[in-house]
Amino acid sequence: MGFEDTALLSRILTLMTLSFHILYATVGVGVPLMIMIAQWVGIKKNDDHYILLARRWARGFVITVAVGVVTGTAIGLQLSLLWPNFMQLAGNVIALPLFMEVFAFFFEAIFLGIYLYTWDRFEDQRKHLLLLIPVALGAAASSLFITVVNAFMNSPQGFEVLNGELVNVSPLLAMLSPAMPTKVAHVMATAFMTSAFLLASIAAFRMIRGSNHVYHKKALFLTMKLGLVFSIATALIGDFSGKYLAEYQPEKLAAAEWHFETEEGAELILFGVLDGEEAKYAIKVPYALSILAHGLPDSEVTGLNEFPKDEIPPLWIHYLFDTMVTIGMWLAFFSFVYVVAAWRGWSFIKAKWFRWLIVAGGPLALIAIEAGWWFTEVGRQPWILRGYMKTSEAATTSGQVDLMIILFAGLYFILGVGTIVVLSRMYKRNPVEKELADREAQKGGEQE
Amino acid sequence: MTLEIIGISVLWLFLFLYVIVASIDFGAGFFNAYSAFTNKQHILTNIIQRYLSPVWEVTNVFFVFFFVGIIGFFPLTAYYYGTALLVPASIALVLLAIRGSYYAFATYGAKINHRGYIYMYGLSGLLLPAALSPVLAMSEGGFIKMADDKPYLDYWALFTSPLSWSIVVLSLTAVLYISAVFLTWYADKAGDVKATDLMRKYALIWAGPAIITATGIIFELRAHNAEHYTRLLDLWWVFGISFLLFVGTVYLIWKRRNYGWAFILLVGQFFTAFFAYGFSHYPYLLYPYLTIYDSFTNESMAIALIIAFIAGLGLLLPSLYLLFRLFLFDKDYVKGKSDYHA
Repeated sequence: MGFEDTALLSRILTLMTLSFHILYATVGVGVPLMIMIAQWVGIKKNDDHYILLARRWARGFVITVAVGVVTGTAIGLQLSLLWPNFMQLAGNVIALPLFMEVFAFFFEAIFLGIYLYTWDRFEDQRKHLLLLIPVALGAAASSLFITVVNAFMNSPQGFEVLNGELVNVSPLLAMLSPAMPTKVAHVMATAFMTSAFLLASIAAFRMIRGSNHVYHKKALFLTMKLGLVFSIATALIGDFSGKYLAEYQPEKLAAAEWHFETEEGAELILFGVLDGEEAKYAIKVPYALSILAHGLPDSEVTGLNEFPKDEIPPLWIHYLFDTMVTIGMWLAFFSFVYVVAAWRGWSFIKAKWFRWLIVAGGPLALIAIEAGWWFTEVGRQPWILRGYMKTSEAATTSGQVDLMIILFAGLYFILGVGTIVVLSRMYKRNPVEKELADREAQKGGEQE
Repeated sequence: MTLEIIGISVLWLFLFLYVIVASIDFGAGFFNAYSAFTNKQHILTNIIQRYLSPVWEVTNVFFVFFFVGIIGFFPLTAYYYGTALLVPASIALVLLAIRGSYYAFATYGAKINHRGYIYMYGLSGLLLPAALSPVLAMSEGGFIKMADDKPYLDYWALFTSPLSWSIVVLSLTAVLYISAVFLTWYADKAGDVKATDLMRKYALIWAGPAIITATGIIFELRAHNAEHYTRLLDLWWVFGISFLLFVGTVYLIWKRRNYGWAFILLVGQFFTAFFAYGFSHYPYLLYPYLTIYDSFTNESMAIALIIAFIAGLGLLLPSLYLLFRLFLFDKDYVKGKSDYHA
C-alpha cells in the first residue's frame, strides 16, 4: 500500500474517532455546568424539582461520560499510532498542554465519582454542590488544554527549525498561539449552548409525550434561557474567529467563502453551488465578508488566488461553514423568541409544532458541532502543522490501518446504539412522576 | 539526578500505579464472572460493585497519564512504538472501550444482569493484560525490526517467543493474585465473611502461579537479552526483598490475619520487583534502538513538564485522599448501609 493511501486511511480513522468523540465530549463539557446551575437554583429557591433535575441529569451524564472517556482514550492513543511522525515532532513543543489535560481529566474523574456516590450523604446540599465545582472546572479545563493543542496545529509558534532540528522551544509560547483565544472560547461556548439545547429537547419531548408535570416546564424554561445566553456568546465569538482567520489563516476563510480574487468590500456568499469560480444560486451579501474579516466594509480580504494551488483547502468546506453558521443563527433567534414569548405569556410556544422545533434544537446543535469541527480541520488541509508539516508526511507507515477502520467502526456502532438504548431505558423505566412519588414516600418513612 | 531519570521515574511510578489499580479492576471483573458461573454471584457482586463504581474512571486515567507522559518526555517513542503497535494497541483500546462503557451501562444505567454480559466483562479483563503486556516483551528488543529505516512489528517472532508468552502468563496470574488479595481485605472491612473466605481462597490459589512465572521470566531473559539478564542479576537482593514480602502476604492471608497489612506487603512486593526490573532496563526504552537519552525532549519542555507534574500532584494527592476517605475507608459506605447512588 502506498504512502498516500495510509495517509488517507489514517485521516478517515481519525475523522471517525473524533467525530464520534466530540458528541460525547461536548456533552461532557457542557452538562456539568447545567447540573451545577440546576442544583444551585434548587438550593437558592429551595425547590426540590431543580435538585431532582440535577440528579436525573447526572445519572444520564454518567453514561455519556463513560463513552466520552473511552473514546477520548482511543483518540489520545491513536494520535501516536496513526501520526507517529507528527507526534514525534510536535511532542517536543506541545506536550505540556496534553499533559495538563490529563491532570484536568484526573481531577474531574475523582470528583465526579465522589459527586455521584454522595447523594443525600451530606446533611447540607450546599456541600454537595461544592463537589460539582471541580467537576465542571475539570471538564472545562480539559477542553481548554486540548483545544490549545489544536490551536497550535493551526498556528504553530514557540519554536524554530534550524537544519531540520527544533531549537528555542518555548512551551508556554506554543500554548498561547494566535488561534488559541478564539478557539477555546468558541469550543466552550458551543459546548454549553449545545448541552442546554439538548436538555431542552428532552424536556420538550417529555411534554409532547403527555407528561404535563411542572418539573418539565421548569427544566425547559431554564435550559432555553441558558441556550439563549450561550448562543449569543457563540455568535459573538464566531465573529472574532472570522477576524482571526482573515489575519492568520486567510486561505481557510477564502475557501470557506469561495473568495478567489483579493479585493476590497468583499461580499459574503451564503449557500449556493460552485461552478468553476462562480457561485450559483447563492445569496450574496455585499461588504459582509469584509466586515466579518476586518470589521470595516471597505477593507481588503485576501483571495484564494494568492496561494499556491497545492496549499489551499478543498472548496467544499463552504457547505460546512454555512451549515454551522445557519444552525447557530437559527438557534439564537429561536431561543430568543421562546424566552420573550415565555415572559410575555404568549401561548404559541405551548403548541405541539413549536415543541417539536425545540426537540429539533438539540440534534441541530450537535450537527453544527460536527460541521464546525470538520470545517476547521479540513480547512487546514493539506497541513497537519500549518506551514511546517503536511498531513501526508505525518501518517504511519503501517499497512493495517484499513483493518483498524473496520474494527473501530464496529466499536463506535456498538457504543452509539448502547448509549441510546441505555439512556432511553433509564428514563422510561423511572419517569419523573414515579421518582417524585418515591422520594415523598421515603421522606414520609423517615419521619415516622 | 538528570531530567531524563526524573522523567522516566515519574512515568514508571504511574505505570506501577496503573498496574495495581487495573489489576484490581480486571481481576474483579473476572472473579465476578467466575462466581456467576459457579452460582456464587450473590456473594461477590455487591462488594465488587461498591468498590469499583466510584473509582473505575480514575483507574483509566492512570493509563492515559502514562502514555501521554511518555510521548511528552520521550517524543521519539511515538515514532518507534506508535508505528509498530498500531494493531495490538488498537485491540487493547477496543477492549478497554467495551469494558469501560459496559460497566457504566450495566451498573449505572440499564442494570443489565444478563450472564452473557457478565462473562464478556470478565473475559475482557483477562484479554486486556494479555493485549497490553507484549509491549514489555517488545521493549527487550528482537520484535521490532527496521526496514527502510522504518520500524515494524515482527508478529511471527512475537507469537513464537517463549518470553512474550511468559510475560502474558505473568500478567494474568499477577492480575488475579493482586485483585484477590485486595478484595479479601475489602470484603473483610465490609464484614462480609462469605466473600472474604471466597476471595481468600482465590488469593491462595493464585499466589503460587504468580511467583513461579515471575521467577521464570528472569531465566527467559538469559536467552533473549543477555545484557539485561546480567543487570537483573546485579539486583538480586532487591528481588530477594520482594520475595520476602510475598511470603509475608501469603502468611498473613493463610493465618486470616491483618488483611490490610497483607495488601500493603503485596504492593511492596510488586513495587520492589517492578522498580528493580525498571532499573535493570536502564538506559533502554527500546533495546537496542532507543535509550532514554537520545529520545528525550528538549530541556525547556522537560522543565515545564516537571513543574506541571508537581503542580498537578498538588491537586491530585488531596483529591485522591478525599476519594479514599469517602469510599475505601468509610465504614458505612463499605458496609453498604446506605444507598448514596445518584
